[in-house]
Amino acid sequence: MTDPIRRLAALLPAERLLLRPEQLAAYESDALTAYRASPLAVAIPETTDEVVSLVRWCRGERVPFVARGSGTSLSGGSLPVAGGLVIALNRLNRILRLDPALRIAVVEPGVVNLAVTQAAAPHGLHYAPDPSSQSICTIGGNVAFNSGGAHCLKYGMTANHVLGLKAVLATGEIVEWGGAGREFVGPDWCGLFTGNEGLFGIALEITLQLLPRAECFHTVLAGYRTLEQAGDAVSAIVASGLLPGAIEIMDALALEAATAAVHAEYPPGCEAVLIVELEGTREAVACERVALDAIVAASGPVEARPARDAEERLAIWKGRKSAFSAVGRLSPDFIVQDGVVPRRRLGEALRRIGELARAAGLRCANVFHAGDGNLHPLILYNGREAGALERAEELAGKILKLCVAMGGSITGEHGVGVEKREFLPDMFGPDEIACLERIRAAFDPLGIANPGKMFPAGGAPALQHHGLHPLERTGGISRE
Amino acid sequence: MKAPWTPQTPGELADAVRSATRVVPAGGGTKPRLGAVDPAVQRVSLSGLSGLVEYDPGEFTFTALAGTPVRDIVAALAERGQCLPFDPPWLAGGSTLGGLVAGGVAGPGRFRFGGIRDFILGVRFVDGAGRLLRLGGKVVKNAAGFDLPKFFTGSAGRFGILAEATFKVFPRPASTLTLRIPAEGPAAAAGILMGLAATAWEPDALEVPSDGRGVVVRLAGPGPALETIAGKILGRWPGEILGAPAAAEFWTNLREFGWADAGAALARVAILPTRMEALAGALRTVPGARCHVGAGGHVAFVALATPDAIGTLDVRLGALGLSGMLLRGSGPLWLGVRNRPAIAASVKRALDPEGRFPGLDD
Ligand SMILES: Cc1cc2nc3c(=O)[nH]c(=O)nc-3n(C[C@H](O)[C@H](O)[C@H](O)COP(=O)(O)OP(=O)(O)OC[C@H]3O[C@@H](n4cnc5c(N)ncnc54)[C@H](O)[C@@H]3O)c2cc1C
Repeated sequence: MTDPIRRLAALLPAERLLLRPEQLAAYESDALTAYRASPLAVAIPETTDEVVSLVRWCRGERVPFVARGSGTSLSGGSLPVAGGLVIALNRLNRILRLDPALRIAVVEPGVVNLAVTQAAAPHGLHYAPDPSSQSICTIGGNVAFNSGGAHCLKYGMTANHVLGLKAVLATGEIVEWGGAGREFVGPDWCGLFTGNEGLFGIALEITLQLLPRAECFHTVLAGYRTLEQAGDAVSAIVASGLLPGAIEIMDALALEAATAAVHAEYPPGCEAVLIVELEGTREAVACERVALDAIVAASGPVEARPARDAEERLAIWKGRKSAFSAVGRLSPDFIVQDGVVPRRRLGEALRRIGELARAAGLRCANVFHAGDGNLHPLILYNGREAGALERAEELAGKILKLCVAMGGSITGEHGVGVEKREFLPDMFGPDEIACLERIRAAFDPLGIANPGKMFPAGGAPALQHHGLHPLERTGGISRE
Repeated sequence: MKAPWTPQTPGELADAVRSATRVVPAGGGTKPRLGAVDPAVQRVSLSGLSGLVEYDPGEFTFTALAGTPVRDIVAALAERGQCLPFDPPWLAGGSTLGGLVAGGVAGPGRFRFGGIRDFILGVRFVDGAGRLLRLGGKVVKNAAGFDLPKFFTGSAGRFGILAEATFKVFPRPASTLTLRIPAEGPAAAAGILMGLAATAWEPDALEVPSDGRGVVVRLAGPGPALETIAGKILGRWPGEILGAPAAAEFWTNLREFGWADAGAALARVAILPTRMEALAGALRTVPGARCHVGAGGHVAFVALATPDAIGTLDVRLGALGLSGMLLRGSGPLWLGVRNRPAIAASVKRALDPEGRFPGLDD
């Protein structure tokens, strides 16, 4: 062992510092499986003090680090930096405080999203952001990516529910912002930190706002002959003055997948299924459901099915939330995209995505948060077929450019990561990117926190290690 | 004081910043302390940058120039049955969109769906080097790049001058109903606030006015539903339903800060419902202090009749571990506990390398 590695090993018991290639293999990629990189080591801290000392070690030794929650990032956010340290946070999974009177939970970063809602449920409360991956992804990962879910239009994303943060920055500084209160004084530091994609440092403790669970839901599933009709129904709902908790659409291919995977039953012969959910007090939902049912009936559905009880409601959501993994059954490999378009242009966007997919000779399923124009095209390909991944990526790129050209964004909730970093210049001009880079440098002057993500390759100083990593040169590690 | 410059376009605003060594923006003047710095600093009025740039009700978004009076925006939204649900204050007072963001002061409606930070989507701003930059997005959901639009909320213009901002909007509730629940003292009021906030009755606003007459609750939604919910609430916490004219007068007066003397100093303090009693106790030792608690007990506005009371308030807040911002009056911008990690100065340097904008503590 070299001195740096010896100093690293002194920070953790041996069983929580993985150095052997076979141990590292499990951490080589995240949910963007097309990319792999081998880290120098994986550290598994159990306390926030250990995280701080690991970050300070990285700073002292100039070794890049990547924080990792559950590795479900779809944009390569938790992809290791070759030769860098992975700091795996799953064991920091304590809910430190749950205060029903103030309606907050203070959690460690490795706490799983759904665990917060489960802990809050006995008090009639819940944690609103609900990514489809909620049963595995961590709050730390959610904070890094400002993750969303099906209820963003009404309740916002992760950032809207983070009230306080304690974090260790890449400079080694420990900061604490906000707290249990809904209001704060001074600039919104928690807002700036949330969505940083792991480029500022590591969140150590997060104070989350909890909301009372709605008393009543009214969930309608409606099948439409065409995607346009489903899109028009969304516009009509939005124009009516209702504010549904969720408005989701699945297209024919996604429906086929969900049918096969969870035996969901959808109206036959439909190109699209719309799911709309009202939530609120019993009295308000009783009034609003009449309006919603009338709008849906007037929108020309093949069939509209209101959920008659909690069980039917859950079945509708199970089909929707399983759609990503279900598509996995239709195809050996797929890429999930995450573009945003103005809502009124959804129909047009879907038509053009269909045309692009046909031209590329690839199948593309669409599952999306229609209420906020957030598309999730799933591009199916066979990784073993020569050139298929490249074609799929090319199609994904065209879809992102289409979203920007239509006035939208390259990501609604999955982040830029490595996957979309080359598209950042489509969203922002050189001056804006330079500004983002200056902010990043304020938090991380050495460029050691998750380098190679978010910014186009040129802007990732630590990825430009040419030749051997410093620790390899000193004989500390070697590549197998 | 030098005469203010009045740029007419975002480009001219950038030029103005570049041609001054030290510069401070001026909006509608509803929170004068934010711009009350050394008189030698060049003022830039945003009054020439006014108007809606884009408003598409179907998208639930609008973009407006920073000098636009917020009341014009609220009126344009109301015409299409929409609103900024956090009830921006000082509509009659003339507050501007840029000042709304920089001051970070939201009104009663912030209780239910969040405040300015929760509805801002994008900004166009001039940084300290005079560059006109656009960050965030124009769609309701966007996760690309760091969230500078949120960061600007409450930043007091110390990091950049807004030229334009994009916000998310919501449909306006079909109707509202206002209840008053008497409470003896701050602890009892806090109990009602927390109790009501934990119910599934979805109160839209929960305020404790400075008149000491208890808690005011606003419900919002379909009319027939509100009557029933009000009945349930009053069954648990006895009180009364205010008639429509009295309710309208109450909320308008609150929005314009009519309860605080126009000449009084005004501070905004971040608190918790559990600290209301301690704050009330401390304020009894601050001469002439009046306090309105808003947002379900998460914010307090303190009005001070005498200027020298500001120093006392600063000390009292510090002792309670609370932080505040002075909106009107002469005294320190930040009150009570000042949390100032090294990163704050680094980010300030990143956005304002030459220190053209006022310092963090000016
Ligand atoms: C089947 C499936 C469905 C999904 N559905 C959704 C969805 O509906 N909505 C949505 O938004 N996303 C969705 N995702 C994406 C993903 O789940 C989210 O991005 C999630 O937040 C990642 O959490 P994680 O714990 O897996 O983080 P990881 O993938 O481990 O890490 C993600 C990023 O966070 C950083 N990070 C992790 N912990 C910390 C910390 N404590 N401090 C600082 N940085 C940290 C990492 O460095 C990395 O950059 C889905 C993914 C899958 C596989």
